[in-house]
Amino acid sequence: MKIGKLSVVLMTLALFMGVNSVQAATDTAAGSKEPIKIGVYLPLTGQNAFGGQLELEGVRLAHQEMPEVLGRPVELVVVDNKSDKVEAANAVKRLIERDKVCAFIGTYGSSLAMAGAEIGEKAAVPGVGTSCTNPLVTQGKKYYFRACFIDPYQGLAAATYAKENLGMKKAAVLMDMTNDYAVGLSSFFTRAFKKLGGEVVANLKYSSGDQDFTAQLTELIAKNPDIVFMPAYFAEGAIIMKQAKELGAKFRLMGADAMDNPDTVKLGGNAVEGFMHTTFPYDPQMPNMSAEAKRFTEAWKKAYPNKDTNVNGALGYNCYFLILDAIKRANSAEPKAIAKALAETVELPTALGKLSINETHDAEMPVGIIEYKDGKRVYVGEVTPK
Amino acid sequence: MSFEMFLQHCFNALTLGSLYALIAIGYTMVYGILRLINFAHGDILMVGAYFIFFGTFAFGWPWGVAAIISIAAAGVLGVLIDRVAYRPLRDAPRISALISAIAMSFFIESVAVVVFTGQPRPVLQPEWLTNAWQIGNLRITHLAAFVPGMTIVLVCILLYIVYKTRPGLAMRAISKDIETTRLLGVRVDNIIALTFGLGSALAAAAGIMWALRYPQVHPYMGVMPGLKAFIAAVFGGIGSIEGAVLGGLALGFVEIMAVAFMPELSGYRDAFAFLLLVLVLLVKPTGLLGERMEEKI
Repeated sequence: MKIGKLSVVLMTLALFMGVNSVQAATDTAAGSKEPIKIGVYLPLTGQNAFGGQLELEGVRLAHQEMPEVLGRPVELVVVDNKSDKVEAANAVKRLIERDKVCAFIGTYGSSLAMAGAEIGEKAAVPGVGTSCTNPLVTQGKKYYFRACFIDPYQGLAAATYAKENLGMKKAAVLMDMTNDYAVGLSSFFTRAFKKLGGEVVANLKYSSGDQDFTAQLTELIAKNPDIVFMPAYFAEGAIIMKQAKELGAKFRLMGADAMDNPDTVKLGGNAVEGFMHTTFPYDPQMPNMSAEAKRFTEAWKKAYPNKDTNVNGALGYNCYFLILDAIKRANSAEPKAIAKALAETVELPTALGKLSINETHDAEMPVGIIEYKDGKRVYVGEVTPK
Repeated sequence: MSFEMFLQHCFNALTLGSLYALIAIGYTMVYGILRLINFAHGDILMVGAYFIFFGTFAFGWPWGVAAIISIAAAGVLGVLIDRVAYRPLRDAPRISALISAIAMSFFIESVAVVVFTGQPRPVLQPEWLTNAWQIGNLRITHLAAFVPGMTIVLVCILLYIVYKTRPGLAMRAISKDIETTRLLGVRVDNIIALTFGLGSALAAAAGIMWALRYPQVHPYMGVMPGLKAFIAAVFGGIGSIEGAVLGGLALGFVEIMAVAFMPELSGYRDAFAFLLLVLVLLVKPTGLLGERMEEKI
């Protein structure tokens, strides 16, 4: 078996090289003020590169702002996970074994996050995900956290906003029953709306790829709800809005961040008027911007004058501060101590509002609300889910 | 359920059913004459819808003009597809032509993704179609009435061509016996090309209606309507134009009424449609209006 022999040789070689580089890394690290190393693994190339780059820029901004903690300098070790699951696992492995990071930031994309989290878990090194919103990512993980909320959390926010802020009493749901995202959000919405004392009068479903919603909408019109929660993707969401308008529906429609796309207005035309959806609690035009959000906005504009401020940047920015806050509270750069402190994060003021880590290691923070007025996307404010 | 609501559902079903019928007649006509299931039919529908999008949106042509150009262009495309993908396989086993049709379908979709990008785009709906008549709680958009109207007109034109003209006579002759027809001096290839042209023009007409009703175009928009219409054609008896219309309407009504009477099961409306198809085929394997075909040896 030629191939077998070859791979053994290669593996041995790799092992030696690995050992050498670890030694090199510790040699340079030895000094009076040993730096605290924080790893960053993000998709800097490949299909998710766009989001990954923005988040890295956010992390770098935060690092510039606070380059040391506990009197020691912080060193960022950045690794590209190439938008690939295997690369993501390798990247985290490299950060932990070779660079000896005490914690790591990343990543964009739930499947990449799951691959990386697995490695961090085994080595007991805490990781903080930037924008991985699938509930499964942190499930059963002791050392993986995330700085974003999970998808279904928006369902709670939508219910709270509809019931408490808009005073709506009767709600209904229209969802794609073949899509996890839609099903998760809908069930959270229904639960929260009922808990807040509202009534959910109908739960209508469709399947991915459907283009005719007239039957479902006619049923909804007959039930006469005040609001219909519809966590659809923007393309089908736009068709639903148009058909609802054609059928003369009087209820309002509300969606979630899958509707947060410039094409929503293009595809929906004048049917988007009054449509609302939840989103991340950051917008350059947001009213009552917090001090942290202002600091982020100004720093971003100064560092990247040609790029618009954005949520991904803010998420990367937040991740760094989240870890630094944990190091400060733990008064240690030991991975286990950092993980313990991360889990105890309560109402940390961040660029995305007050952030707490809940028992499932997901971030809880306010949720932004967008409303379409005169054909324009307007950030109307935040709501803290109840 | 109130009577008004029932009527509303009926109108929704009529519009959806007419769309299915319109697509199904193209399928059934090609099948009836050539015994070929043209799987690219749904994709020609998509191309037709894109033509109308570019005509009205990018070039700013009036609707009528854009529609006629789009239908004509799709007809030419149909003839071209026949020349490239089906004609060389005319004497090959039928399964080869079927595979060629599936390949053509993927090819058109892929080209569309490259040329038009995968992003959905909005189709402009003319004002006069989105206005509605309001009768009590019943609301009928002009479009909901326009679609069945156009279906009737197009079916009448097609029936006229097939049953009252000389090329139509030749088409029917080919459907019975292609070799004898050739011996009788009919230019079989030209008639078949005409059949594809007509079928594709019908697909484009359906695509335009579809894009008006569900005002978005994207490269895969033809897949589901094509599949549904194929079912409608089989359901009505493939090869029969009247059967396709009946099958399309029946499918539309089943889908809408499944939601109307069982809202909790609304996500499974396609399943009900397929269930009905299976039941009908169990009782009448040739479909509602299909004739038994005797294979000649």
